[in-house]
Amino acid sequence: MRYLPLNSHDRQAMLATVGVATIDDLFIDIPQEARLSGPIHDLPMHAPEMSVERHMKKLAGQNLVAGEVPFFMGAGAYRHHVPASVDHLIQRGEFLTAYTPYQPEIAQGTLQMLFEFQTQVARLLGVDVANASMYDGSTACWEAIGMARRITKRATALLSSGLHPHYVGVAKTMARFTGDALVHSAPTLTADTDIDALIAQIDKNTSCVVVQYPDILGRVGDLTALAQATQAAGALLIAVVTEPVALGALRSPGEMGADIVVGEGQSLGVGLQFGGPYVGLFGCKQKYVRQMPGRLCGETVDAEGKRGYVLTLSTREQHIRREKATSNICTNSGLCALAFSIHMTLLGEKGLRSLAEINHAMAVTAADRLAQVPGVSVLNDSFFNEFTLVLPKDARAIVRELADRQILGGVSLGRLYPEEAALSNGLIVAVTETATHEDIEAFAAALQEVLA
Amino acid sequence: MSMNNQGRPTRQSVDDDAGTAQATSTGNRALMLEEALIFEISDSTRTGVDLMEAPKVASRLGGLERKAAIGLPGLSEQETVRHYTRLSRQNYAIDLGLFPLGSCTMKHNPRLNEKMARLPGFADIHPLQPIHTVQGALAVIDELGEWLIKLTGMAGVAMSPKAGAHGELCGILAIRSALEARGDKRSVILVPESAHGTNPATAAFVGYQVEDIPANPDGRINLEALLARLGPDVAGVMITNPNTCGLFERDLKTISDAVHAAGGFVYCDGANFNAVVGKVRPGDLGVDAMHINLHKTFSTPHGGGGPGSGPVVFSEALAPFAPLPFVERMDDGRLALIEEESAEDHHASSFGRMVAFHGQMGMFTRALSYILSHGADGLQQVAEDAVLNANYVLRSLEDVLDAPFGAAGPCMHEALFSDAGLAEGFSTIDIAKGLIDEGFHPMTVYFPLVVHGAMLVEPTETESKAALDQFIGAFRSVALRAKAGDQLLHSAPHFAPRRRLDETLAARKPVLVWTEPAAAQAEAAE
Repeated sequence: MRYLPLNSHDRQAMLATVGVATIDDLFIDIPQEARLSGPIHDLPMHAPEMSVERHMKKLAGQNLVAGEVPFFMGAGAYRHHVPASVDHLIQRGEFLTAYTPYQPEIAQGTLQMLFEFQTQVARLLGVDVANASMYDGSTACWEAIGMARRITKRATALLSSGLHPHYVGVAKTMARFTGDALVHSAPTLTADTDIDALIAQIDKNTSCVVVQYPDILGRVGDLTALAQATQAAGALLIAVVTEPVALGALRSPGEMGADIVVGEGQSLGVGLQFGGPYVGLFGCKQKYVRQMPGRLCGETVDAEGKRGYVLTLSTREQHIRREKATSNICTNSGLCALAFSIHMTLLGEKGLRSLAEINHAMAVTAADRLAQVPGVSVLNDSFFNEFTLVLPKDARAIVRELADRQILGGVSLGRLYPEEAALSNGLIVAVTETATHEDIEAFAAALQEVLA
Repeated sequence: MSMNNQGRPTRQSVDDDAGTAQATSTGNRALMLEEALIFEISDSTRTGVDLMEAPKVASRLGGLERKAAIGLPGLSEQETVRHYTRLSRQNYAIDLGLFPLGSCTMKHNPRLNEKMARLPGFADIHPLQPIHTVQGALAVIDELGEWLIKLTGMAGVAMSPKAGAHGELCGILAIRSALEARGDKRSVILVPESAHGTNPATAAFVGYQVEDIPANPDGRINLEALLARLGPDVAGVMITNPNTCGLFERDLKTISDAVHAAGGFVYCDGANFNAVVGKVRPGDLGVDAMHINLHKTFSTPHGGGGPGSGPVVFSEALAPFAPLPFVERMDDGRLALIEEESAEDHHASSFGRMVAFHGQMGMFTRALSYILSHGADGLQQVAEDAVLNANYVLRSLEDVLDAPFGAAGPCMHEALFSDAGLAEGFSTIDIAKGLIDEGFHPMTVYFPLVVHGAMLVEPTETESKAALDQFIGAFRSVALRAKAGDQLLHSAPHFAPRRRLDETLAARKPVLVWTEPAAAQAEAAE
């Protein structure tokens, strides 16, 4: 019990100070019949560090590590190289083991970092302000829909068919309970995005249009006309970015007129981690700032006039307004936001643009090579680092067979849309800077073999 | 007189050097360095990464190439390391000392957990990898889930909620789904005053009317008021136990039985489970759903406020409604991930998906490492030491501070004090800022709301008696100064990296992002 500093002598002395004879005298409020007398018997007892390590390593060893094989998976989670100093810095105890900055005078490190993070995120997304992060992209997307309902006092959200199906799933779950109406259909295997179809569906009940950029199939479309049409109807345009590196090469959604831009920040600093913890990005136009959920860090001065930072606008939050709160969110992804911000600082303008350029170039290279595999075609003409292949048979089986050959060759549309038979031959392939020309060649060769 | 941790005096009095220190030209104070924002020390040409050359290809960005600059600052690697290291030193953290935030629970974060979470087999796997390539990851989820089920005496678990409040949402959605499944339209959730502020926010968020249940003078739920309010419109009650006054709700079993008899469900906010883990199983008290904040009970780090992780355990009545995805062991011993694809047949009653992937895997590996390190015996000791430490603090300070429920019996994991009895004009905030000067993070202030000027102290089980004695000594001296009307407390902290910050200004004129100073903007425009 290496983490517990009290010894039996301490415990006796402390019980005496408290004025009770035994430790159980402190648990008298638990009904006697429900109180456990000894450790729960079918669970193991405490273990030394070495044996815990052995057990965990054994479990870790049963997984196929992305970085040890040619790897081409995306669909909302991307594998990028994270510079060594990012993980080193977030493990500094003063960051790792700090809590929410409730006492700003001794939390300026966290607060200044959040202020810098908010600025980086706002600039990247092309909006005026950003918050101090959300759980992840999917929950940020749902919160944006709720925010649009509060602003427009309307409750019908139009979801693009190119929105990540898990994001749609989260919105559907929540809408069932909040009374929002969602208009959504699954994508079809076409090269074009659904922007025109969305514009046609906007009406006076529309609270918002939610569009992903680049979308789930990797397609990119100009959002300018959509933003204009949405706003002309009194609704808000919400843009969702699941791959922030794309914004090093592409015009930002904010620049094209989006009112709220949310995203998944996992690509920078955070790593794959089997789906979490990730970091939700959330930004909007200045005029909507007081309806924005989540924590915010703001600049102020101290009693001596020195610049400093505090959590602010907390009157929207649950601990002040209880049942009238804007949302029930009580946390952010602080440590992941820190990792994102450090990685972004290391890259800078120059690095992010180069990184985006490499991602795109490697993806173009891979798309051209994979298109040469007999029976395979590339669905979309425009993309950033992710595109969709159309295969001659069900992609689910192909992905499994590729994995048996030690290649993680993309995400099948069947995994994401089990109900949609028409999509089953689709395979989403992501190519980042971590892929080599040899990896691409190995993937193409294996795909050819598996399809033969 | 101040003491170092060997008990030797460190200086004569608190205000000795406050007024006499010379200002430095840099604003730095020896090892405490002022640090500008990255935007002020960087430029767009610098970078801290070396990237390979991109292959030459024709762009396929659909004509959407970014033209305008993003405006991102860049630093070399060394400058970046220095910037964040300097910032880190402006933070108080559990690695530096006691962090007695009641209801927030900051305990030692073992580094084994960090090492395990970083094993490539956990850290470097994709959430959509084929199931047969991630059996070990699913085993972590399954094994941790089993521990949570057994420790709580419940029937099922949802691992995907991303934080405690997200777990509350999960529990309330399950309750609502179960009621809908039997065609029962109930509209009210009862929330005692002693519950966490997220509880009413959650219930209201999914469309319930929230009604408060008052607290007794002893800080517990008023049982008569609650029983009297039960009826066919009540979907459930949300109880925090141990509650935010640090007390165990003795009547929970009676309440559960009555709520069930009236057709409703019992949600328990398990944020404070660390006080009772291994001592009582909430399932035995009739709880239907309870979230567990892994960072609180099982020591996962919460760097600067997050990420959290909030798995929810369910009774048999609610387990069928648990959200997707979840892990299930097949007959052949392999683990399956039940997602939309496979949910159709056996799990049609699930209320759906509440997050993109499978939850906070990185937190699961840390929590499981902690649980295995402690084992069933160690976890029981955790609860005992947490409760002993809290009662030790309560009884050691109640002669100088008002303890509103001190007579109500032992406290659980946290000790509650109030600002009653301080000198005229002195309040909780003066004690908090005074403690900062003494080198401690303050307790939770002004919470719970049922106590005026509340001060909620949670020492946790990972503090030694020596550390507690030091903290008690400091708290005592600050309390005595507040009782004596020491005006210097009003302007504390004097020795922190910043003096008291103007929070009103920040809210009135929100500055949420950095902008170029006007002079620099004008210069750039020329």
